Amino acid sequence: MYEKGGRKGKVLSVKNEMEILFDGVAENEGFARVAVAAFVTHLNPTLEELDDIKTAVSEAVTNAIIHGYGNLEGYGGEGKQKLKSQPVHPGKVRLHCLLEDGILHIEIEDTGRGIEDVDKAMIPLYTSRPDLNRAGMGFALMEAFMDELEVESTPGQGTVVRMKKKMEAGDWIKEGD
Amino acid sequence: MEQLTREDFKIIDNYLMIRLPKEVDHYNAGYICEQADRLLMDESVQNIVFDFADTGFMDSSGVGIIIGRYKKISCFGGKVFAIHCSRQILRILSVSGLHKLVEIM
Ligand SMILES: Nc1ncnc2c1ncn2[C@@H]1O[C@H](COP(=O)(O)OP(=O)(O)OP(=O)(O)O)[C@@H](O)[C@H]1O
Ligand SMILES: [Mg+2]
Repeated sequence: MYEKGGRKGKVLSVKNEMEILFDGVAENEGFARVAVAAFVTHLNPTLEELDDIKTAVSEAVTNAIIHGYGNLEGYGGEGKQKLKSQPVHPGKVRLHCLLEDGILHIEIEDTGRGIEDVDKAMIPLYTSRPDLNRAGMGFALMEAFMDELEVESTPGQGTVVRMKKKMEAGDWIKEGD
Repeated sequence: MEQLTREDFKIIDNYLMIRLPKEVDHYNAGYICEQADRLLMDESVQNIVFDFADTGFMDSSGVGIIIGRYKKISCFGGKVFAIHCSRQILRILSVSGLHKLVEIM
C-alpha cells in the first residue's frame, strides 16, 4: 500500500508484503533471488543492497533445498543440467517478504528434516555435507550481508530463517518532501 | 537457463582455465565441479584460473567449488587465480576468507 504525498508524488510511507510457495528444487534458486530483487525495486535500492539481498536469499533457499529436502540435483540426475519430471523430495519452500518503515523482512521456510544443533550449524565453515563440495559459509554470508539473522528449527519438522535489512534508499525516498 | 559447454573449460600451457557462467549457484555447481575434476586428471595442469568475466552473481556454492579445487591443486604446489571479479564476487571471496588462498587479479 502506498500513500503518496507532495507535489512530486514521493512515497511517504510504504508497507508492502508478498509470499510465494515453490517446489524445493535447484531450478527455483534463481527464481527466488529475482523475485525478491523485483519486490524491492520500487525503493530504488543500490546495486550493493540488491546483491546483498540476492546472496542471502540464495543461501537460505539453497539450504532448504539441499539440506532440508535432500534435493541435491533439482529434479534428479547426477550433476547434469537436465530435467526429470519428479523431484526427489516433493517439499515446498515458502518465501515471505515484508517491507515496512524502510526495513525489509525476509522469511524462508521449509518443512524438511530440520537442524539438530542450530548454534553449531551457524559456525562458519561448519557443513554437514563436505561430500557435496559445500564450504559451510551459507549462514556466515547471510549474517554478513543482512542486518539481522535468526534461525528456528525443529528436527523432523523444518526450518525457518528470518532476516532483516534496513533499506537505505527506502529511507531516502521517505525523507524527501 | 544457460548451458555451460566444454568450451568453457580449457587447458592452456599448464593452466586450467574455467570460464564461469552468469550465475554460479548450486544449480550449476555440480556440472562445474565434474568438468573441472575431469580435466584436473590431466597431469599437465598445475594451476587453475577461475574467470568471472561473465559472472554477475555467485553464492557459497562458488566458494565450495573454489575451495575444493584449491585443495586438489595446492598439494602439488599449484596456484588458484580468480580474474575479472565483480564487486559482489570480491565480497563473497573476502567474507569467506578465500582471498587468502586465491590470487585475485
Ligand atoms: N534448511 C535447512 N534444513 C536442514 N539443515 C540445514 C538447513 N540449513 C542449514 N542446515 C544445516 O546447517 C549447516 C550449515 O549451513 P551453511 O549454509 O552455513 O553451510 P552449507 O550449506 O553446509 O555450505 P555452503 O552454504 O557454504 O554451501 C548445513 O551443512 C546443514 O547441516
Ligand atoms: Mg548453505
